[in-house]
Amino acid sequence: MSTVVHRRLLTGNKAMAEAIAQEMERDENVFVMGEDVGAYGGIFGSAEGLHQRFGAERVRDTPISETAFIGAAIGAAAEGMRPIVELMFVDFFGVCMDQIYNHMAKIHYMSGGNVKLPMVLMTAVGGGYSDAAQHSQTLYATFAHMPGLKVVAPATPYDLKGMMVSAIRDDNPVIFMFHKTLQGLGWMDQLDYSVGHVPEEEYTVPLGKANVVREGKDVTIVGIQMTMHHAVEAANQLAVEGIEAEVIDLRSLVPLDKETILNSVRKTHRLLVVDEDYRSYGMTAEIAAIVAEEALYDLEAPILRLAVPDVPIPYSRPLEQAIVPGVKEIREAVEQLVRH
Amino acid sequence: MSAIAPAKPLPYLQVLDPKGVIVNPDLAPRLTDEALRALMYKMVFTRVWDQRAVKLTRQGRLGFYAPVAGQEASMVGSEAATAKDDFLLPSYRDVPQAVWHGWPLYQAFLYSRGHQHGGQFPEGVNVLIPQIIIGAQIVQATGVGMAFKLKGEKRVAFTYIGDGGTSQGDFYEGINFAGVYQTPTVFVVQNNQFAISVPVKLQTAAETLAKKSAAAGIPGIQVDGMDVLAVYAAMKQAVSRARSGGGPSLIETVTFRYGPHTMSGDDPTRYRSKELEEEWRQKDPLVRFRNYLSQRGLWSDKDEEAVIEEAKTTVSEALTKADEYQSMTLPGLIDRMFDTLPHDLIAQRAELTE
Ligand SMILES: Cc1ncc(C[n+]2csc(CCOP(=O)(O)OP(=O)(O)O)c2C)c(N)n1
Repeated sequence: MSTVVHRRLLTGNKAMAEAIAQEMERDENVFVMGEDVGAYGGIFGSAEGLHQRFGAERVRDTPISETAFIGAAIGAAAEGMRPIVELMFVDFFGVCMDQIYNHMAKIHYMSGGNVKLPMVLMTAVGGGYSDAAQHSQTLYATFAHMPGLKVVAPATPYDLKGMMVSAIRDDNPVIFMFHKTLQGLGWMDQLDYSVGHVPEEEYTVPLGKANVVREGKDVTIVGIQMTMHHAVEAANQLAVEGIEAEVIDLRSLVPLDKETILNSVRKTHRLLVVDEDYRSYGMTAEIAAIVAEEALYDLEAPILRLAVPDVPIPYSRPLEQAIVPGVKEIREAVEQLVRH
Repeated sequence: MSAIAPAKPLPYLQVLDPKGVIVNPDLAPRLTDEALRALMYKMVFTRVWDQRAVKLTRQGRLGFYAPVAGQEASMVGSEAATAKDDFLLPSYRDVPQAVWHGWPLYQAFLYSRGHQHGGQFPEGVNVLIPQIIIGAQIVQATGVGMAFKLKGEKRVAFTYIGDGGTSQGDFYEGINFAGVYQTPTVFVVQNNQFAISVPVKLQTAAETLAKKSAAAGIPGIQVDGMDVLAVYAAMKQAVSRARSGGGPSLIETVTFRYGPHTMSGDDPTRYRSKELEEEWRQKDPLVRFRNYLSQRGLWSDKDEEAVIEEAKTTVSEALTKADEYQSMTLPGLIDRMFDTLPHDLIAQRAELTE
């Protein structure tokens, strides 16, 4: 007798779009706005098929006016709607940051909790495909730094769907970062992990819960999105050398799941944090500081961190690969940690 | 009867009709035969180079590229009405204007590959790196104009933006600022009908994009962007006006991009019909101007072939030169961050050299 394990494979973009579609079916207050999210389905496919299914009222192509559509989403959310807006590349935040930093993040607080903003700002992050200084940033820390915003960055089709559903149902604003190369788009490099099992029925994945994606006893590697996938690959290679690395997929920057990180470090006594964002004042520093504050005496080696040095992301493929931490750098850092 | 009537479309400023016949002799720019031939030369050259660039991008030999076919009259006609001393702030699509304004072609190719040398404009070439954050060039062009005014120089800043770009806050703020300070700035809006997949009718309820100038209190005009003489005439007036202290103005060129938005994954058949493209191709700027010039005996098939050959050779040579240019280096990235490196970057540089 054989059991058939049914795997329903979806790309990252289709998983996201499915989550949005199901929530739009369930709740008529959900609607989508952004540049090229209509018939085009979003330039990274996040809204694929939605316009065809729900029409131009609920899935709107907007003028190129980020301040207007984010501000309008804030207004509509204050009126009880559940808007999802797409900032095409996170790099374009500059033209609309007042709406995000001073309004989206603060209205709940300034109204004493009276005005809720149940909105999602989804945005494409990350590089790795030669899109240079103004189109390759992740800017995780820029958003996570501001009190009042939840900031999530799922790395698998399963989490993209489940966390999108949670984000839409959340009564506070959520910045939903999706990584371009994890969308599984035909015109970009094909990565195995941009496709994965996604159940058709609705489900949620909580915001603020990290995931131990690989267990190990020798060292903890914390990553998010691409750096998590690189970490898993590095861990598989290290296993051949007899080093067992535990890999944590952070999934959410705010709220941050401290406990999962601390528990792991208390077990492995070694920590490497890997980030695709700039090094200075970033996520790696935040996690290193938390571990230093709360688990310093559990450490058997100084914390190591890998991140982008303080330069813009270069266009050239070899240069980009050289400054963005990858499998090789992670492996070397772990080797250094365990030798200590 | 309703007091609010639907707005009528404004007529174009048109000098040549699609057949290449002069329909507006009063507005036809007074250009020498040589100057007329130069416009044709540049348009044909640009078309050939665009075709090459599209192919080279597909082969992976160029990097980022935004096709320009269809927009040659708008680009060449407007740039030709400026002086070398005038300062150009292009968008990502405006590489032709930058090259005709003095940017060496091999450097434009290096820019396409993201090489820093691409943006190192030679002394005397008054161009800023092509802008890709929508709208940023508009406010900056106002600032360049401000600087000219403060320094008492009779120079003009000119900049380009697409139809979609006119929805950006920076666009409104920039033209308003220019109006307040009466800066010598010319804003060219190239209305090529689409912003990636979004048609211009979804960008604004304004009757024309030229009309947006009214709120800034600056003159604006809409011209047939497939008619190089109309574009040239309008631009010449705007530039002279700015140079003589008359302040900023805005020109909307009504045109079309035949190709995809950029060579990075866009497929125009997903958002526009073949018929629409065909309709615009009937107004082709090269065909129209070629008809006009050949009727006047100023352009022959031989002339055309000669430019095509020359363009092909020039493009190949520029590509070779770009290929041969030294690669960027890792420590070089850090070296270019500041004029003098701060100590923390010196430390990071050392890590990168390891
Ligand atoms: C602030 C900002 N928002 C969005 C984008 C993404 N984007 C790049 S080009 C483009 C369309 C621009 O269309 P248009 O202004 O009409 O110029 P065209 O490309 O047609 O020449 C968009 C939305 C961007 N680069 N910057």
